[in-house]
Amino acid sequence: MAIIARNLSKSFDGGRTFALKDVNVEVTPGEFIAVIGLSGAGKSTFLRAINGVNVPTAGHMEVLGLSVEKLTRKELVTLRSRIGFIFQQFNLVKSLTAIQNVLVGRVAYVPRWRSLTGMWGDENLKLAKEALDSVGLSGRYAEKVRNLSGGQQQRVAIARAMVQQPQIIMADEPMASLDPKLSEVVLDILSKINRDKGITVLVNIHVLSLARKYAQRVIAFRKGHLVFDGPMSALSEEELEKIYHLDENNTGSNA
Amino acid sequence: MVKVEKKIPVVAVDGSRVMDKVARSAFWIVVLYLTYLSAQAVEFSLPRLHAGLPYMADFLSRMFPPNFEILPKVWEETVLTIELAWVSTIIAAVLSLPVGFMAAANITESKFIRGFTIFFLNADRAIDSLILALFFVSAVGLGPFPGTLALAIHSVGMLGKLFADAIEAIDPGPVEALRSAGAGRLATIRWAVWPQVAPHFVSYFLFRFELNVRVAVVLGLVGAGGIGFLLTQYMRLFQYEKVCTVILVILALVMTVDFISSKLRRSVL
Repeated sequence: MAIIARNLSKSFDGGRTFALKDVNVEVTPGEFIAVIGLSGAGKSTFLRAINGVNVPTAGHMEVLGLSVEKLTRKELVTLRSRIGFIFQQFNLVKSLTAIQNVLVGRVAYVPRWRSLTGMWGDENLKLAKEALDSVGLSGRYAEKVRNLSGGQQQRVAIARAMVQQPQIIMADEPMASLDPKLSEVVLDILSKINRDKGITVLVNIHVLSLARKYAQRVIAFRKGHLVFDGPMSALSEEELEKIYHLDENNTGSNA
Repeated sequence: MVKVEKKIPVVAVDGSRVMDKVARSAFWIVVLYLTYLSAQAVEFSLPRLHAGLPYMADFLSRMFPPNFEILPKVWEETVLTIELAWVSTIIAAVLSLPVGFMAAANITESKFIRGFTIFFLNADRAIDSLILALFFVSAVGLGPFPGTLALAIHSVGMLGKLFADAIEAIDPGPVEALRSAGAGRLATIRWAVWPQVAPHFVSYFLFRFELNVRVAVVLGLVGAGGIGFLLTQYMRLFQYEKVCTVILVILALVMTVDFISSKLRRSVL
C-alpha cells in the first residue's frame, strides 16, 4: 500500500472543530486519484496529513511504510523527499531561474554543503534539465521564473516535484490559478507521469469535469468525513448531491 | 442606519457637539501655552537674532574666498570619514543578519528570543551614536575606532529591524514548497527566504551607509577624526576660509554618496 489511513482525524480547538473525521482510505501504488469536495471539506488537510505537514490528532496514517504520526526527524525528511507536492500558487521563488527552482527538489538527496552552496553537481543538473525537458521547457532553463507565464510556472513546479523521483505526487488544486486550457496541459502531464512512471498521483480538483476525464478513482470529502470512495463510474448524481449539496451550515471546517 | 442626533441645543453649526468643540479649543490652548513656555526656556528672541545679523555677515564674509590650497588634506580626511562609515556599515550588516532572522516571527518560534531581540533593537535605535561614542571612547580611547564601533552598533538597531520586516514580508509559498521537499531549516532559509530578501538587504545596507556618511562627519566634530574633526580645528583657529572649503567638500560628499547610493538601490530592487 502506498497510503493507509485508519480512523484518521484532525481536530482544532482541542477537539471542537474537525478538519478530518474518522477517515479510512487505502491507496495502492500507481493509482490516479481525484480528491473532490466543497472548499473547506478537508481536501487540503488530507493531502497535508500524508506528507506530515499536518499531524493527525487521532487515528493512524501510514505512507510508504512510515507511520506519519510518529516520525523521527530523519524519517520525516525521507518521507517528504519521496512525495512531490504541487501547489495552487506554484510556490516558486520568482527571482530565481527555472532550473534553480527545480534543483531545490533535490535538497533532501544531496549533502548539506551542496544544497547550501547551490553546487548541485552534474548528476543533479542532468536530472533537472531532463525534468524541464519533459514538461516542455527545454531551452528555458536559465529563465527567471517571474518572466514565465502561469502555465509555464506550474510546469516548473511539476519538474521540481519530478526531480525528487517521488513515489507519490500530490497536487493541491494545481489548476486553480490557470485557465481551463492550461489546466488540461497540467493534468495531461500528471497523467503521463502516472502512466509512464507508475507514480501514485493524488489531485485535489474542484472542477468535476476534469476529475471525470483524468481520474480512475475518486474520493470525496464533506465536512471532514469521507463520503465517497470508488471508481469514477460509480459517482452518480445522487452521490454528487451528497458531496456538493449546499445547506445552512455548509461552511464545513478549516481546509 | 445613521443615528440621528436629536439634542439640537448641544450641536454646533458644523455638526460637532459643543462639548467636543470646547475640548478641542482647550487642547490647542494648552499646546500654544506649552510652545510659549518652551520658547521662553530656550531664550528665543527675535531682537537678539536681529542684533546678531552683522556678526553672521562678518562670519560669512570672512569665509570667502574659500581656501582651496588645503584640498589635499581635506581629501585625506574625507577618505577617512568614508572609511569610517563603510567599515561601521559592514560590521552593522554582518551583525544585523542573524539579529534580523532572530527578530522575524516567521523564522524564530521562541517568543523569548524574539522578544529579547526586538527589545534590544528598539533600545539600540533609541541610543544615539553620539552617546554610544562617549561610551566607546572611555573603553578604547579617542580616535576613529570608537566612532566606528558606535556607528556600527547603532546601525544594527535600524538594519536589524528593517531586515526582520523584510523577512516577515516574504511570500510563504516557497517556504512550504521547500519543507514539503524535505528541506531542513538552513536549506529553507537559503532557497526560500534568502532569494526573496537579499535585494532588500542590499538596498537597506546602502541606505544605512548613506546615513552613516553624514553621521561620521558629525562624529568627527566630537573627536572621531575625519572631515568633521578638520572642521572643528579650523573653527578653533578662526580660519574661516578653510572652514568654507571643508563645508563645501562635506556638501559635495553627502550629495555624491546620496546620488550613487540611490542609483544603486534602484538597480537592485
